[in-house]
Amino acid sequence: MSIVEGATEEAARHSGERVEVVHLQLGQLSGVVKDALLFSYELACEGTPLMGSRLEIEEVAAVIFCRDCNAEKDITSIQDFRCPACGKASSEVVRGRELLIVGLELEHEYAAATG
Amino acid sequence: MSMQPRLVEVRRNVLKQNDVLAASLRASFADAGVFVTSLVSSPGTGKTEFLEKTLSMLRPDFRVAALVGDLATANDAARLERAGVPVRQITTGTICHLEAQMVSDALGDWDLNDLDHLFIENVGNLVCPSSYDLGENLRIVLMSVTEGEDKPLKYPTIFNTADVAVITKMDLADAVEFDRETALKSIQAVRPGIEVLEVSAKTGDGMEKWIDFLGSRKKMRASKAA
Repeated sequence: MSIVEGATEEAARHSGERVEVVHLQLGQLSGVVKDALLFSYELACEGTPLMGSRLEIEEVAAVIFCRDCNAEKDITSIQDFRCPACGKASSEVVRGRELLIVGLELEHEYAAATG
Repeated sequence: MSMQPRLVEVRRNVLKQNDVLAASLRASFADAGVFVTSLVSSPGTGKTEFLEKTLSMLRPDFRVAALVGDLATANDAARLERAGVPVRQITTGTICHLEAQMVSDALGDWDLNDLDHLFIENVGNLVCPSSYDLGENLRIVLMSVTEGEDKPLKYPTIFNTADVAVITKMDLADAVEFDRETALKSIQAVRPGIEVLEVSAKTGDGMEKWIDFLGSRKKMRASKAA
């Protein structure tokens, strides 16, 4: 599973401390379903350095760029790519395709860090 | 002793490996001058029939080949071989989509310089294939008149990531009371401005137009590269 592999690689850059939480941005248009990811995460982590870690998912709504309004606009639904302000259709997707690991929470002994 | 987790910020695209490989495939396709088209649809839309017809129409004038993804069987590849062009099967096992690595592996020893057109038929699935770049130049999404006019609204992501939509089995449109206006409206709602072609691989209706369209896109890519 690419999330587990990616997070393991990133964690390895930080002296291999144990990962407690993986933070993921998941776009509405990523083609991936949040519940499916959460459901399979534990299983995917088994036998990897990420075993026992938790996946935190931040969902990112789809945003288009409207040329008429010259602005980024949230769309009301991914079944309707029209600007909610002026009604002009747009195929320029600014946000919503994310499938990004944005942060890792690493186990860290406070005393060890200061000492 | 209290354990204080440390938060490190990273920014890593989960599909980075796939995207990197897809980009390198795209570059080698461009170098060899081969135009690559991928096909996605639900199971049963008629991808293979459409592709078989496309291959046999292109074959007299172009050097053509195809890769076909399927979960378990090699039936589609066997069918496509009837068009008289080189075909390779990618059996994905339990995986519901193709990835760039599978395309790269399947190409194997094929010399891309010997090809004008390469087609990649994805596994029949409208969800997962949308996330994976295969290095293609053109991604077409197919839906048949029998599937319901609201199909694009049910699977907006795949339509949104496609370059062209093809409506298949137009010969059955009347029989199934296909509501063309509603279907076109649904497609445009999820992917404004997308080119829509209506075809029947069986009768051949609309196929010439599709072949012409393909040719014009190939030329466009060539002139961009020049």
